Amino acid sequence: MKIVIAGAGKVGVMLTKKLLAEGYEITLIDHTQQVLDACADRFDVIGVYGNCASMNTLLEADIKKTDLLIAVAGEDEINLLCCMTAHGINPNIHTIARIRNPEYADQLYQMRDTFALSLIVNPERQAAMEIERLLKYPGFLRRDTFAKGRVEIVELKVMENSVLCDAALSSLSDLIKCKILVCAVRRGSVVYAPDGNFVMEKGDHLYVTAASGELTKLLKNLGVITHKVKRVIICGGGKVGFYLAYRLSKTGTQVELIEQRRERCIELANYLPEVSVVNGDASNQMFLESEGIEQCDALVALTSFDEMNMIISLYAQSYQVEQVITKIDHTDNPTIQDILGLGSLVNPKELCCNQIVRYVRAMGNTSGAALAVHSFAEGQMEALEFRLDDEALHCGEPLRDLTLRKNVLIACITRHGRPVIPDGNASFEKDDTVVIVTRADIVLRQFNDIFA
Amino acid sequence: MNYKMMGRFLAMITLLDAIFMVPSLVIAVVEEDARAMFGFGWTILLTSVASGVVLLLCRKARVRFYAREGMISVGLGWIIMSLIGALPFWISREIPHYLDAFFETVSGFTTTGASILTNVEGLGDSMLYWRSFTHWIGGMGVLVFLLAVVPASGKGSGFTMHLLRAESPGPNVGKLVPRMRQTAMILYILYIILTVLDVIFLLFGGMSALEAVCTAFGTAGTGGFGVKNDSIAGYSPYIQNVCTVFMLLFGVNFSCYYMLILGRFREVFRDEELRFYLGMIVGSIALIALNVRGMFSSWGETLRHVAFQVATIITTTGFATTNFDLWPTFSKTILIILMFCGACAGSTGGGFKCGRVLLLFKSLNRNVQKTLNPQKIKVVRNNGHMISEKVLDNLHIYLIAYVFLLLVSIFIVSLDGQSLTTTTTSVIACFNNIGPGFDAVGPVENYHMFSPLAKLVLIFDMLAGRLEIFPILLLCARSTWKKLI
Repeated sequence: MKIVIAGAGKVGVMLTKKLLAEGYEITLIDHTQQVLDACADRFDVIGVYGNCASMNTLLEADIKKTDLLIAVAGEDEINLLCCMTAHGINPNIHTIARIRNPEYADQLYQMRDTFALSLIVNPERQAAMEIERLLKYPGFLRRDTFAKGRVEIVELKVMENSVLCDAALSSLSDLIKCKILVCAVRRGSVVYAPDGNFVMEKGDHLYVTAASGELTKLLKNLGVITHKVKRVIICGGGKVGFYLAYRLSKTGTQVELIEQRRERCIELANYLPEVSVVNGDASNQMFLESEGIEQCDALVALTSFDEMNMIISLYAQSYQVEQVITKIDHTDNPTIQDILGLGSLVNPKELCCNQIVRYVRAMGNTSGAALAVHSFAEGQMEALEFRLDDEALHCGEPLRDLTLRKNVLIACITRHGRPVIPDGNASFEKDDTVVIVTRADIVLRQFNDIFA
Repeated sequence: MNYKMMGRFLAMITLLDAIFMVPSLVIAVVEEDARAMFGFGWTILLTSVASGVVLLLCRKARVRFYAREGMISVGLGWIIMSLIGALPFWISREIPHYLDAFFETVSGFTTTGASILTNVEGLGDSMLYWRSFTHWIGGMGVLVFLLAVVPASGKGSGFTMHLLRAESPGPNVGKLVPRMRQTAMILYILYIILTVLDVIFLLFGGMSALEAVCTAFGTAGTGGFGVKNDSIAGYSPYIQNVCTVFMLLFGVNFSCYYMLILGRFREVFRDEELRFYLGMIVGSIALIALNVRGMFSSWGETLRHVAFQVATIITTTGFATTNFDLWPTFSKTILIILMFCGACAGSTGGGFKCGRVLLLFKSLNRNVQKTLNPQKIKVVRNNGHMISEKVLDNLHIYLIAYVFLLLVSIFIVSLDGQSLTTTTTSVIACFNNIGPGFDAVGPVENYHMFSPLAKLVLIFDMLAGRLEIFPILLLCARSTWKKLI
């Protein structure tokens, strides 16, 4: 399949990397020659210089024979125009546009239909939704949902005084008294696929599959306090901050939004009447104290500088704020983030890329393709959701009789809306929804690829 | 530097070298040529074992591969490949001195066609085949072949561009399609199709199978090794004309052929470099034909010989149908200019490349205008696209390196005490991968009389010319081998 990516910014490059690994042919368009040259050196792609919304540039990128156009250039309007122009040249093309201006947020669906786009992505809005989900269950560093929200993979960090510390995995079900499956453990930057003898240590990150209904129970039995988040401080009134404040204020949470630019504050106060907007510098210790950082349940650091976000989060942690969420835009230095022990990290660009990759995979083969793909453990692991159709092999056979590929784990089977963590006696049936966990370098194009 | 990955890469190249020798071994076995069998057999055996060991030692290489490693691998790869390619000549005692065998092989791989053999017809068929086959491999490039056949591992797909850039001639190397591997495959498929066509046309002219294949290899790689002592002169006019046409075809940028297949005729027709190339050819033929009109019996014969000589020099092939050393000075001067000019970028030909000459003219024109009007902003454009300052800078540096190396080489070769024409044209002919020069290295002469030092310098020139200087020049730089940049 041929893919044209318009815009070689952070998202464009991240997408290029991910899609190349899956074996697609990629053409990049950008209006800076230097950026293009750097990309052509790093990746096996062809670069076309020019404005991606102009017909000549698109023709040069061979848009007539392209199956998918992903417009992730700087401006929304350019992205839209790019997709429309491409559609005019090649009516069969699928188009994905990134639209991030909050002023268009309410009309995304109409825009999709009017301009015949296949998908609109909005990384900031998606990040806000992700943060909102995280705020629902303080204690999890990250949540990925599957099977229409019935199954989740959550990330937990083993604390020093936790019951999990120095316990073997086989004793897990006795300790927490509910049915879960640990599908991966990350220690430092090494990811293990653990068996029953694996002993958890302080600082390990566990990736746990559980039915959504079990999550509250899981947290309670782990001894993590889970009262509802009532008061949230958001540092940074950018796009993510705006979306998040808007969504949280709808659910009745008390939100305080700190923003440095005075004009932006007035704008925000106009759009968000229920939110208390404060003009000030969030990196200032005294200021945060005066805004009552000690009394808040959660703090979300969303300024445009990663370094600033990290420092704000560290500071919040020193005040024992129960939940701290940090926005990170650069994925190049995961080691630093780990040393600092920042808690939940949210990367809008990665979320956006994952969504696009999911779409591309589904496009690649209509039969048996993954419905959802989530990467976790610093991108080293992947969880995929499949729905079994007529072509699924080995239906009705007990799992212990099947030979699976190496590093493939069946995390959960959902049948008639009831999620089950499978054991050796379980089996697949048609119309089941199955969650598979694998190493990220194994590409599963369809469900049947899991068998050896 | 990632030595393991480089080791792996070099081992793959040598292994490929051994595989390429198999057909020659088969010919030797069929013809029961014991010396050749001995030469090829031992070389293949030793090379495969050595490459196998290196591959085994380097199997756990990190895939990281940067421009530095790419450039060095290309330079070293070509040298090692030639060192191994020379072994059959030496082991079989067909060429008694190893340096001579090395010279012959480098001349083959770099598609120069300069020979130290005084009697080509004395070689066995398998040796002749190998000699010509090195042209064919060297023409499109062995790394491009490697890229086409070896599946790029998903992780290290980035390093391939450095290799293509290092091996493909031209100021601005690009890909035809997004995937490196497919680009390499398209290039080789076009190359094979054109070569097969050439063989078929030559067979119609009454050549024997081996002669046709060897001549086609020499033409395709724009090399110039023939199978006869008098090159192409002894063949019929038909064969000479076929050679002229195919030499010119192989001197065209291969992306033009790809665009023709895609039906983009207008772009090909409007290609400035192609127009320049064709213009040079037509102009030179007309001027030389007028100049030498009295030397041949008819206008037809004159045109045939002149066209052949112009084609062989501008595409840097180096075949000959007549001793152009006897032509008037005006004609010889035109030929020397053509030697420098060379074929199109992205073809199998050598030289400075038409594309570069064209860009230099444009750059010169721009700077003249800038001198007259310092406030003037003018960009250099080619085929309607802006040429970035980076490319122009590289072009100017290339010109400097080119002239500098040429002068230093002439300086060292002059120690041999040959005539000035011999000294200069031998360096020019080797550096531009042509083969024959004038005077003592003219079309009916060869390079056997040079001293070992001069031969080494010419070997260096041939490699530098084929790989466009920098991959070879880098190997001599001290900073290349430092641990930190």
